[in-house]
Amino acid sequence: MSSLSGNVWLSGFSTWKARFISLRNINWGRFSVISVPYLWLAVFFFIPFLVVFKISLSESAIAVPPYTDLLDFDMEEAYLNIKLNLGNYLYLWEDSFYFDAYVSSIKIAAVSTFFTLLVGFPIAYLIARSDDKYRGILLALVILPFWTSFLLRVYAWVGLLKKQGLVNEVLMSMGIINEPLTMLQTDFAVYIGIVYTYLPFMILPLYSALEKMDISLLEAAEDLGARPIQSFFMITVPLAMPGIIAGCMLVFIPAVGEYVIPALLGGSDTLMIGRVLWDEFSLNRDWPMASAVATVMLVFLVLPIMLIRNKSGKEEGM
Amino acid sequence: MKRRSLFLNSTAAFGFIFLYAPIISLIVYSFNESKLVTVWGGWSIKWYGELFKNDQIMDAAFLSLKIAFISATLAVVLGTMAGFALSRMGRFRGKLLFSGWVSAPLVMPEVITGLSLLLLFVALESAFGWPAGRGEMTVIIAHTTFCLAYVAVIVQSRLVVLDDTLEEAAMDLGAKPSTLFFLVTLPLISPAIIAGWLLSFTLSLDDLVIASFVSGPGDSTLPMVIFSKVRLGVTPEVNALATLMIAIVAVGVIFAMLYMRKQNKMLAAAQEG
Repeated sequence: MSSLSGNVWLSGFSTWKARFISLRNINWGRFSVISVPYLWLAVFFFIPFLVVFKISLSESAIAVPPYTDLLDFDMEEAYLNIKLNLGNYLYLWEDSFYFDAYVSSIKIAAVSTFFTLLVGFPIAYLIARSDDKYRGILLALVILPFWTSFLLRVYAWVGLLKKQGLVNEVLMSMGIINEPLTMLQTDFAVYIGIVYTYLPFMILPLYSALEKMDISLLEAAEDLGARPIQSFFMITVPLAMPGIIAGCMLVFIPAVGEYVIPALLGGSDTLMIGRVLWDEFSLNRDWPMASAVATVMLVFLVLPIMLIRNKSGKEEGM
Repeated sequence: MKRRSLFLNSTAAFGFIFLYAPIISLIVYSFNESKLVTVWGGWSIKWYGELFKNDQIMDAAFLSLKIAFISATLAVVLGTMAGFALSRMGRFRGKLLFSGWVSAPLVMPEVITGLSLLLLFVALESAFGWPAGRGEMTVIIAHTTFCLAYVAVIVQSRLVVLDDTLEEAAMDLGAKPSTLFFLVTLPLISPAIIAGWLLSFTLSLDDLVIASFVSGPGDSTLPMVIFSKVRLGVTPEVNALATLMIAIVAVGVIFAMLYMRKQNKMLAAAQEG
């Protein structure tokens, strides 16, 4: 009896000792691998949003930094005053400018995403169906612009689209138009810019979906009398759907908050929310208002996107 | 069948022309003698000379390369840790929140990331006196934060598909966790780490919006200088700069492809033999 309880005690001691050793040897490594990036993201990714929210509740002031404090401690009366200014949000709600900018960014992003899909699909299809010999080269041709500077690729269109630009010259020399078209500083130029810069993001997921497709399905459909257009919409498109969704998300999400493209190619009337935020911050120097715009954008744009992404990711996992 | 493939080929050809016409026009016009970018004044390389004489552009280029190098390296270290924590460490407290934080920078509009980091730096400075002013260091912190997310996603997706029998064998043979990581896992995920570093380097080198928010008055990065120049219209020096950058990237991509092809061949040969 006593030897048994001794054994129990001993084994209890040894698991305790093992735990202690594991705490000393392994868990510290584990702890730091998890906590170092965790802390970094907490400080430089999460806390900044709290700061933004806090400043969105303050008032713009001529000071350094240019906003008022929320807390104000009265030494003599020992009062702690908390001033929350909801004026910025009220203004956002009342002035239709911000709502219009929000709707217009979603519209511009959605239309350009659709055109990116139209341009990207044939390229992805061609690469997926081409010989192994050429496939690597064609893929590299798609990836190469993706690695070159985004800003310079947008800038390239300034030279092409302006009044005396290449596009106008070519169209005029072909006799299609008589006088140069105004293309730069219009919404049209913004669409072109978005389709152009985000095209690789559309092609790559489409390609990886189309590459997996079994070509014999199309042959079977043809044998059964389906016309090419029928088999395209009833077989190819449904099978490519994961790639279509992934590609559209990769284009739509960054396009909504885009600043550079509307700033370089768009006109002064091209309303996009990212540009509104930037101008509020740098031209008007109204930090609290810019913070309010950012908070609203986060709640009504980024959170829905993250939820949808999370959901579609889980469905794909199933 | 024949007609459809003709349709497909011509639309895809149109797509490739669309993809390359702007780049080619930049390259061609960088060799234009004339200052007026719309008028062709004959071939010349004088804008390349002007480019190297332009101190503002050169200083900004060196600053950007330095920031990109440091941020990419930091992002690879932190991002690999994050990817590892998410795919090899089982459950831990706050894992869901952590995975949310890791993937969120990928969908966050740059203007929001830039504004929030700037406001954080300003708040930190007035509370603790750190960081004193903004410039190189604040840009490095900002770039590391958003590149970290890309590295974590790449490393994580590599670790998920990685066959863990090698790691198990090493553990059975008594390897300590640190030995296991540096001698077994790290070499296995090195392609993902290299890809993550290159992507981070490019993203940092290319970033205009976040850097404009968090940088100080004296420290303009290359995209900031380019943006302030091209806002006023087309400039031949920027065309020359663009051509050089495209050439470097093209050479890099070609080398990477040749290297990958060689590796694949070696792998195939090893499997046959």
